[in-house]
Amino acid sequence: MYITIRDRPGKQQAGPKARVATTVVLLGVVSLLTDISSEMVTAVLPLYMTAELGLSLLAYGVVDGLYQGVSALVRIFGGYLNDRTNRPKWVAVFGYGISALSRVALIPAHSFAAITGVITADRLGKGFRTAPRDALIADASEPSMLGRAFGVHRTLDTIGAALGPLVAFGLLLIVPGGYSSVFVASFAFGLLGVTVLVLFVPDLRTSGGGLAAKRLFVELASPRLRKPLLAAGLLGLFTVSDGFLYLSLQHSGDFAARWFPLMYVGTNLVYLTLAIPLGRLSDRIGRARVFLGGHAALLLTYLVAGGSSGGLIATLVALGLLGAYYAATDGVLPALISKRVPAAARGSGIAAAQTVVVLARFAVSLAFAGLWETMGPQHALYLAAGFLVAGIGVAGWLLKGIDS
Amino acid sequence: MSLRSKLAAFAVVLVLAFGGTVWSILHTREKQADAVEAAPPVPVTDLATVAAEPHIVFRSTAIGNDYGRVAMVPLTDPDGPRAFTKVACDRVYAHRDEAVCMYSKPSLVTTYRAEVLNQDWEVRASLPLNGVPSRTRLSPDGGWAATTTFVSGHAYSSPGDFSTETLITPLSGGKSLNLETNFTLYVDGRRNTARNRNLWGVTFTGDDDHFYATAASGATTWLVRGSIKDRTLTALREDAECPSLSPDGARVAFKTRNGQAQGQWMIAVYDLATGRSTLLAEKHSVDDQIEWLDDQRVLYGLPRSGSGPSASDVWVVPADGTGTPSIFVPDAWSPAVVR
Repeated sequence: MYITIRDRPGKQQAGPKARVATTVVLLGVVSLLTDISSEMVTAVLPLYMTAELGLSLLAYGVVDGLYQGVSALVRIFGGYLNDRTNRPKWVAVFGYGISALSRVALIPAHSFAAITGVITADRLGKGFRTAPRDALIADASEPSMLGRAFGVHRTLDTIGAALGPLVAFGLLLIVPGGYSSVFVASFAFGLLGVTVLVLFVPDLRTSGGGLAAKRLFVELASPRLRKPLLAAGLLGLFTVSDGFLYLSLQHSGDFAARWFPLMYVGTNLVYLTLAIPLGRLSDRIGRARVFLGGHAALLLTYLVAGGSSGGLIATLVALGLLGAYYAATDGVLPALISKRVPAAARGSGIAAAQTVVVLARFAVSLAFAGLWETMGPQHALYLAAGFLVAGIGVAGWLLKGIDS
Repeated sequence: MSLRSKLAAFAVVLVLAFGGTVWSILHTREKQADAVEAAPPVPVTDLATVAAEPHIVFRSTAIGNDYGRVAMVPLTDPDGPRAFTKVACDRVYAHRDEAVCMYSKPSLVTTYRAEVLNQDWEVRASLPLNGVPSRTRLSPDGGWAATTTFVSGHAYSSPGDFSTETLITPLSGGKSLNLETNFTLYVDGRRNTARNRNLWGVTFTGDDDHFYATAASGATTWLVRGSIKDRTLTALREDAECPSLSPDGARVAFKTRNGQAQGQWMIAVYDLATGRSTLLAEKHSVDDQIEWLDDQRVLYGLPRSGSGPSASDVWVVPADGTGTPSIFVPDAWSPAVVR
């Protein structure tokens, strides 16, 4: 039996007919299985804690905020480790492995502390694996079709996220109250993901092998990377967390209130449908353009959500635009960054860009809350839209000519 | 390693993972069936007889086919035979003529409901509900119902970040009020506008206007006194959650961290006239909204450790810090005293 593995750039012809590298598809499958695993737990955890364990979730929410920051720092460290050791596969295996193993601990865990421990391990694993995984995708792909490669990966990843809750609640229908079965199944999916990674994903290494910490820092601070990082951070600053968008839609009408749990699903569906087409588009017309276009979709989302009176059509349009925003930015950003850094510093470069965005959003969510409180949802969203227009303008200037 | 042996290794893991999951499902089902069979039959009594005298309404967690159903026992014989109603609730509260029931409806997309029930346990009205049921209370005059749910913010940047949503709804009809968005919170005389503000656990007074609840911002919680007429919430003291007003209206029982670790709570009673708090004798961590049995004793649910999840009992302890806690209603959760 022989499977063509097209991993090294140059072995395949570019253009619309060219295939995405097998490694990228395999990494997508790993993400799909891992996302089924983690979304299964995320979906049933609230019910499990309140209905089964008689715990309240609030303390969990408090702790969760802290992990966001920790996760961002771990991400940088994952990227750094990746570039120092030049073993992206094994750094990723470590990250995926922690998350999978944490499921086992859930089976006997009936206490608050055990559950928060498991959630922390999962977040740390996620932080660790993102940068080396994206670096692998970039290494395995032809530079001219990076956008499509990331699109394929994000599509598979999002399919997993959408399937997870269905699998979990399906299991609970078969075994009412059978949370331990859900956790066993979650572990099984996680284990399969790690197995695919270990067995089939090639142990790619970049030439040069392991950058010294000092060189790495010099690369990150180089002017080539400075502009896109600045642009990404600036746009991140004007990105209102979806929580607020959903909340604004929900508060404006009965329809949205009733179908609140489905909003997330709707956004995801649009995201997974558009990730590949927009990735391809970014290869053709430029990643910076699609990245900026995604933020234009976000701008429209603000306007629709702010002006919505909660009707069906406005809600669907807003969710569709939000999905398009994710499809045009989430995979396109690492594709855009990958080209700007030498292969040896790719993990750190991608990690830096993603961390900048996460931290900017986290910082602004606190500030936006103040606006929300004092001006009301509608005006706060309009004001954010105004800032975003300016942000897109400045980012467009910063990203000018970056794809050439 | 050749591709063939890699595929073989993957097949082995696949079979193990799938087989393990199936085994776990079958094993869990068998264990559940065994537990139902092995469980001592729950002594049952007549509903109308119990309902006629002072009684406790609760969610029954006794293993068996009636698991999760709402039941009642007379105050005079709380650990004796129980009378089952026809409804199942995750969280229940009741008065003589009405009850409020919060439950989750399992399906591929799990939804949550809250319903006001009449004396025959038939649905009288549906309340809006957006998340996992947590707390519910009725006002003594039956004019208002309060519900607290956990709503998850489903943000890509902060998945799984929970906040509470607390609504109070006039049962005579009319719009629900949201404690977070429709009320103004004052702490030490100053208006508090923090975004991470959360409100939960309402207990009503009998005057059709005032209530007590929990307000929180970050790691700080406050006992607040609310006014429906003024739409205000005023902080009374720090570190107090899920208040419950005593029948005489003079004291409030609540759970308090009292310097303990995250997720650990003690019960305390706060004297509204003097502002003095007394810690009660319960040493286990209590994560429940307290219910007053009478002016001297309080009830609360405790999960039963060691016997797996979803086993719980309702305990009783004197409200003045003396005595020792004891089980009041075994295999029960979410108690409401009905006189």
